Amino acid sequence: MSSNVTPTSKPVKTTGLHVGDAGPGCRKVDPILIADSVKRTFGGLTAVDVEHVEVPRGAITALIGPNGAGKTTFFNLLTGFDKPDEGKWEFDGRSLAHVPAYRVARMGLIRTFQLTKALGLLTVLDNMKLGAKGQSGENLFRSLLPFIWRKQEDEIDAKAVELLGRFKLDTKKDDYAASLSGGQRKLLEMARALMSDPTLVMLDEPMAGVNPALTQSLLDHILNLKSQGMTVLFVEHDMHMVRHIADWVLVMAEGKIVAEGDPHTVMEDPAVIDAYLGAHHDADLGATDTEHVEVLKELIDDEQ
Amino acid sequence: MIDWLAIFSNAAQEVISPTTAAYALAALGLAIHFGYTGLLNFGQAGFIALGAYGYAISILSFGFPVWAAVLVAVGASVIFALILGIPTLRLRADYLAIVTIAAAEILRLIFTTNTFDALTGSASGLQGYKDGFAALNPIPPGSYGFGPFTYNAFDWWIRIVGWTLVVIFAVITWLIMRSPWGRVIKGIREDEDAVRALGKNVYSYKMQSLILGGVYGTIAGMIFIMPRAVVPANYQTSLTFFVYAILLLGGAATILGPVIGSMIFWVLISFFSGFVARAVEAGWLPFMSQVQAGQLRFILVGVAIMLIVVFMPQGIFGNKKELAFVK
Repeated sequence: MSSNVTPTSKPVKTTGLHVGDAGPGCRKVDPILIADSVKRTFGGLTAVDVEHVEVPRGAITALIGPNGAGKTTFFNLLTGFDKPDEGKWEFDGRSLAHVPAYRVARMGLIRTFQLTKALGLLTVLDNMKLGAKGQSGENLFRSLLPFIWRKQEDEIDAKAVELLGRFKLDTKKDDYAASLSGGQRKLLEMARALMSDPTLVMLDEPMAGVNPALTQSLLDHILNLKSQGMTVLFVEHDMHMVRHIADWVLVMAEGKIVAEGDPHTVMEDPAVIDAYLGAHHDADLGATDTEHVEVLKELIDDEQ
Repeated sequence: MIDWLAIFSNAAQEVISPTTAAYALAALGLAIHFGYTGLLNFGQAGFIALGAYGYAISILSFGFPVWAAVLVAVGASVIFALILGIPTLRLRADYLAIVTIAAAEILRLIFTTNTFDALTGSASGLQGYKDGFAALNPIPPGSYGFGPFTYNAFDWWIRIVGWTLVVIFAVITWLIMRSPWGRVIKGIREDEDAVRALGKNVYSYKMQSLILGGVYGTIAGMIFIMPRAVVPANYQTSLTFFVYAILLLGGAATILGPVIGSMIFWVLISFFSGFVARAVEAGWLPFMSQVQAGQLRFILVGVAIMLIVVFMPQGIFGNKKELAFVK
């Protein structure tokens, strides 16, 4: 489980996730998260309009799409950080409509943020301990009586130190989280999410702003989540990474799921090309266009 | 000639005065709000006023015993916190600041208006509520102490009760802030969405913090009125800013900061106002009248707050290391 060594073997892909033909909104053998006609508008702009999507259990699913496709908004809707105009969605068979964010987290669906939210003026260890669920010392009255929560606190402490060790942050445990580098904060946020033993981990751009050396270690950590039986859904722009670790890919454009499938076939889907270049790719799209061309070049490179 | 001995002994008395204890406790409540949870409560004067009026009205108008009057005041402050918190704690922090500053003013104006004169005594306020508290005094009548610290039995009783309460609440604050509860509270100060994503009911924690710190303010209000009468003019917005000055002087997220900060604040205020008043009397400041001299201390408080925030934002007891990471 050493994390800064480049893996010699290719990660084992989970296959056979879907029922019938792979296509937008196709059924999965064992879905953990199901969304039905979830719609969110901001004034006249429809940010998310997902008809039907299922996220397979025990696999790593990537959510990709050009900037402004509604990926982060969709994340926020699924985790209770934003409320859709309509629609229903369920996690593990339980409806998540009108469930507040903190209760979604308690159900075992833990998310991270695109802009890392390390709690700066708490120590790294305190950041970790905050992630543990069901702490009796978090009740105001019980907090006054340390003998009630001391034992649980020690267990949480041990678990936090163990996880920090795995993420190579154990030497930093008494430092303020604010003193960590950007990449270390990403690691801390992921480690903190694991403190609650989630069943589904949703990572919003885990690789954004992380240097290549740390990227490899982050990739391994994500693969480890799967081998420990967790389901992962992540948003990412880095196509190499998506191709490398994802078992299933959802493609979003203009708020809709336009394609899905395993990473190799989905990237040949004309809908994906359309999504990145735009159906009207003869029109001038300005600066963002070149970025999308880059992405497509990456795709073509990878294919060869 | 200036009577330096009187100036210094007046200043020294402030160290253990009940007013200092009341400000220390109010600042400790604000430390929970602002220093630990990050709630911008600008209405601490309102919580203090509820303590003062809740206690005095219960005793004068309803003839309640001391313990019941205390419960009424604390109950009123819990309700006040709920009314403030329910609509605003879901919003961004600055909304709470606007609502609390307005609500505290509304309370003060309600206490000042003639409409409720029978209960509140309007602008002239209330007095004669101290008998029940004085009757609990176990100290036999007489004069005790030494030097500037010579008081009668009742004055000692106020000081003992006031500072005992300060110590009790400081210990409670210390206990809860080192517990998992305190960890969640401090996490909310740093980033409430992150804490929410970890499965904590942030709204409930912010409400608990608002109520708890408000109750500290209310108990401070009851200590505050023991050496004086209840006068609505005492509960202006400037009271809140004095409490903030104490908190920032001592260190916002500390336990000792508000307590020691209150002592330093009042000793300095007493020293400066004593000095300026006598200096005017002695003709050292010919451009200034006695009345102007009385106002000068408020200017000094304002200047002091600015200097602290600019040059010593962590306060006396604050952790300098934290400053390296201030955004």
